[in-house]
Amino acid sequence: MLIRFFLMLRAAGVPATLTEFLALLEALSKGTVAFAGSGAKGTVPSGEAVEQFYFLARAILVKDERYFDRFDRAFAAHFKGAEAAFEALVASEVPADWLRKSLALELSDEEKARIQSLGGWEALMQALRDRLAEQKSRHEGGNRWIGTGGTSPFGAHGYNPEGVRIGGSGGNRRAAKVWERREFANLDDAERLGRRNVKLALRRLRRFARQGAADVLDLEGTIDATARRAGLLDLCMVPERHNAVKVLLFLDVGGSMDEHVRICEELFAAARSEFKHLEHYYFHNFVYESVWKDNRRRHGERTPLPQLMRTYGRDYRLVIVGDATMSPYEILQPGGSIEHWNEEPGAAWMKRLLAAYPRHAWLNQEPRDRWEFTPSISIARELVGDRMFPLTLAGLDRAMRSLG
Amino acid sequence: MSRFEGSDSYVAPPELALAVNAAVTLGRPLLVKGEPGTGKTQLAQEVARALDAPLFEWHVKSTSKAQHGLYEYDAVSRLRDSQLGDARVQDIANYIVPGMLWRAFESERRAVLLIDEIDKADIEFPNDLLRELDRMEFYVYETQQLVRARQRPVVFITSNNEKELPDAFLRRCFFHYIRFPDAETMERIVAVHHPGLKKALLAEALAAFYRIRETPGLKKKPSTSELLDWIKLLVAEDIEPAALRTDDAKAVVPPLYGALLKNEQDVHLFEQLVFMHRRAGRPG
Repeated sequence: MLIRFFLMLRAAGVPATLTEFLALLEALSKGTVAFAGSGAKGTVPSGEAVEQFYFLARAILVKDERYFDRFDRAFAAHFKGAEAAFEALVASEVPADWLRKSLALELSDEEKARIQSLGGWEALMQALRDRLAEQKSRHEGGNRWIGTGGTSPFGAHGYNPEGVRIGGSGGNRRAAKVWERREFANLDDAERLGRRNVKLALRRLRRFARQGAADVLDLEGTIDATARRAGLLDLCMVPERHNAVKVLLFLDVGGSMDEHVRICEELFAAARSEFKHLEHYYFHNFVYESVWKDNRRRHGERTPLPQLMRTYGRDYRLVIVGDATMSPYEILQPGGSIEHWNEEPGAAWMKRLLAAYPRHAWLNQEPRDRWEFTPSISIARELVGDRMFPLTLAGLDRAMRSLG
Repeated sequence: MSRFEGSDSYVAPPELALAVNAAVTLGRPLLVKGEPGTGKTQLAQEVARALDAPLFEWHVKSTSKAQHGLYEYDAVSRLRDSQLGDARVQDIANYIVPGMLWRAFESERRAVLLIDEIDKADIEFPNDLLRELDRMEFYVYETQQLVRARQRPVVFITSNNEKELPDAFLRRCFFHYIRFPDAETMERIVAVHHPGLKKALLAEALAAFYRIRETPGLKKKPSTSELLDWIKLLVAEDIEPAALRTDDAKAVVPPLYGALLKNEQDVHLFEQLVFMHRRAGRPG
């Protein structure tokens, strides 16, 4: 049973390894946690023991607070999804359609995005969540239902609150709370980049900026080595730490992007000292024949792309920040721009730009699981050769690595 | 072996005690993270006290090398001695200076070893300690000597998240994240540090403290240790509880707030907020 738990953790994206799992078993066998109920197949002890087990497992299997939230979810899914609880629920004559509704909690973000387009999702989810908070057990699995067109219960129908309050609460509610509170949700690095995360992200950029190699004399080391050899000169060399990284930053402005632009500007402005050169330019929705540096004078002072490509050499890394959410025409058609008449489609300019800067990455603040549902994102992704990354800590990390 | 349950000077929530005991039982290092000022470093000291074990503290700096914790070869002394013709120079062992790890390994009783702020050091630092922490032994090349721990020390490692720690290192540790204490735990913590504190003052001070913490946009939120300092000041200055309270909860600058806010932007922001509240709250 614990093996299944371990596999579920892995599936949930908690990077736990076999060594750690064995350590957990060792800890259990040494009686670090006292189990109240143990039996042939009983690994679902109640009350305090579950909580103790939860903390023990977390201390041993999870090594970063970013993964606490994933751990919590997997833990809940495993221990709530135990067969016994499921059967008890079914036995208490739950209306079948409610069973289906509560499965909403098990939906992935991707599926939620699909449902969102049907409307009315948020309010419904909230109500459901409230009800479920009062409910002691949930069921497991649920994949069989998803995707069979069962989204209709989430339409405008609403649902009968009476249908939800089924079965008593009580039992081991206290124990269940710890991981259901999900207090570490905003530490998960798959969450979107918030102001509070910016600092951490910066450190990643700093590390990126410090790479590079050149041999210089290590004075300290030379003295030390010479002394070790009792006065015989021994030269030591070390790689130099330098920030030779040059960055060309393209920011999408206007509309939904403004808030994120602020985040990105903060991000890169603070990183500025770490880079040898950091140049930023703005565009609106998509890159056409020119970009600009100052948003207030965007119609007057524009920099044509060819000039830009001549000015900044191939050794610049190109970072594009934008949601790439627009009509596909704006990318593919001449005259597709919503601001002016463009002779050539944005895609052509983008291709030239990317060819000029082979090391490039696109940061997209739209959640990753929504990308498939926006055609323009798919097009843009294809253009940048799949080097589009979500604007999260993890995404930023991958983007920086791909630039490196 | 005694178990760690917190002490009369340190409040350990059950999950922390559990993590500590698991690490002690299995002889694995415990990595402790959390907001600054939540008592990460103090934990090791308290555990050492509770287990009645000698404590070895190794404070890591940006220039620290893993080697420093094992031993250092004092080559400069040897060079000088050789120039002076000292007889000691013949034996290299005279110039091997044991580090904290070595000293913890050599301890007769089981020791507690604190590696403080491991993230301050170079990125490779934790990797260089893998084998030492895993097997609790290392080799002194200069003297061809194998140093092995008599008893596996209890190792605490603290980190402030300034650098990512390598996976191989993390795999060998247990991990605990000290959360910022809720009001209830905080009351117990304050009670441990200021036993004679008047209930009224404590309640008002805590309320004021959490209010400041919730001020949006603070660069550095005040932490537990700052709260304790502040209360110490309040007691020393004999401030009345009433001075911390007003009808409009937000329209008061708590006295001696310099102990809580350590950054002039934060102080400025806070004063502005209070000012705005006063204006908004003014009748008529």
